[in-house]
Amino acid sequence: MAGIKVHGAVYSTATQRVSACLYEKEVEFELVPVDMSTGAHKQQPFLSLNPFGQLPAFEHGDLKLFESRAINQYIVHEFPNKGTQLTCPVSKGLGILSMWMEVEAHQYDPVASKLAWELAFKSMFGMTADLAVVEENEAKLAKVLDIYETRLSQSKYLAGESFSLADLHHLPVTQVLLGTQTKKLFDSRPHVCAWIAGITARPAWCKVLAMQKH
Amino acid sequence: MTIKLHGAPMSTCTAKVLTCLHEKGIDFEFVPINLLAGEQKQPSFVAKNPFGLVPVLEDGDFTIFESRAITSYLAEKFKDSGCDLIRHGNIKESAMVKVWMEVESQQYSPAVSPIFFQYFIVPKRGGSPDQAIIDESSGKLGKVLDVYEQRLSGAKYLAGDFFSLADLHHLGLTFYFMKTPCARLINERPHVKAWWEDISSRPAFQKVVPGMTLGAK
Repeated sequence: MAGIKVHGAVYSTATQRVSACLYEKEVEFELVPVDMSTGAHKQQPFLSLNPFGQLPAFEHGDLKLFESRAINQYIVHEFPNKGTQLTCPVSKGLGILSMWMEVEAHQYDPVASKLAWELAFKSMFGMTADLAVVEENEAKLAKVLDIYETRLSQSKYLAGESFSLADLHHLPVTQVLLGTQTKKLFDSRPHVCAWIAGITARPAWCKVLAMQKH
Repeated sequence: MTIKLHGAPMSTCTAKVLTCLHEKGIDFEFVPINLLAGEQKQPSFVAKNPFGLVPVLEDGDFTIFESRAITSYLAEKFKDSGCDLIRHGNIKESAMVKVWMEVESQQYSPAVSPIFFQYFIVPKRGGSPDQAIIDESSGKLGKVLDVYEQRLSGAKYLAGDFFSLADLHHLGLTFYFMKTPCARLINERPHVKAWWEDISSRPAFQKVVPGMTLGAK
């Protein structure tokens, strides 16, 4: 099969989610840059790769995929013997993995992304943070992180004793929040703090961050 | 060992799991949770799902929450029973199922949920639907449904020419959505409309419909 191409941008959190997975799996890939500033992602030819006009899009031979979390599950399924496992044994382990991947997608990411927008991205567009929105979402995130604190006091990683996609999917937006005032919510919860320190120090994630420096 | 599902029949997320259980022909015991009385926030339930949300599934000593994780778990564990909802034998087909499951989760439901909330939940709390929110969500949903219309003009179902979890996950929320004035967004798109009529008439979902009584007078 022909090589893997990821159509995305180094600063796009969803692209980073996929790059992190590919580095963990030690699978070669080509990053094809998409210039969002020209609206390339909302036009052809990109729309034929992802009709929703969002980064990233993924090609492996004639297979075309989009949605970063789906792409990652395909990568893990397609390359079971390469790099880090990133998955858990059927059926119960896989059930626990699915559960914590859903928690990331539905409980963590919506709130964390709103905070990242307010506290990190808005200023890049000359806008100022809405402090009421920040306060409301920090309160929501605190409740979610209390649940994570309990979970991580019982289990080294979210889905069990090994690093998996459930942890990996948190990396991009969490890295952004570590550069904002929201960092205090992670630092004040010892198990969450240690978990974040561990996952953000992984060599594969460091390679993703290094991509932004070029 | 019995499978127990804790949930509320009128809840869209509980409906997702009920439909999956029926599609797979899995025996289960249903344990109703009284949402109006706040039972899902009580310590005995929070011990099962710390996020205090329905549904929760217990399979022997294994407890799992998040409806899409539960359906994925059931579809994998019982992959040789009933309808093949995840195309486990074909990696390309299973990848497409995952893609369109994410689309429902990340594109479709975030656009439909505010409309559902305004028409079904706000009146229960004594308020009136906020037309500005409905209009904004309708705009977003229209764009999503344009993509669906194009997709479904080339394939019978979202992930291909086979019914899968990607289609099933739309059932509960869309059922209520079709009772609102915004139903025209689906009715105006012939392939989306035909797809909806097909998936909502499946016997498994028809078993769940009688319990979906939100908004009924």
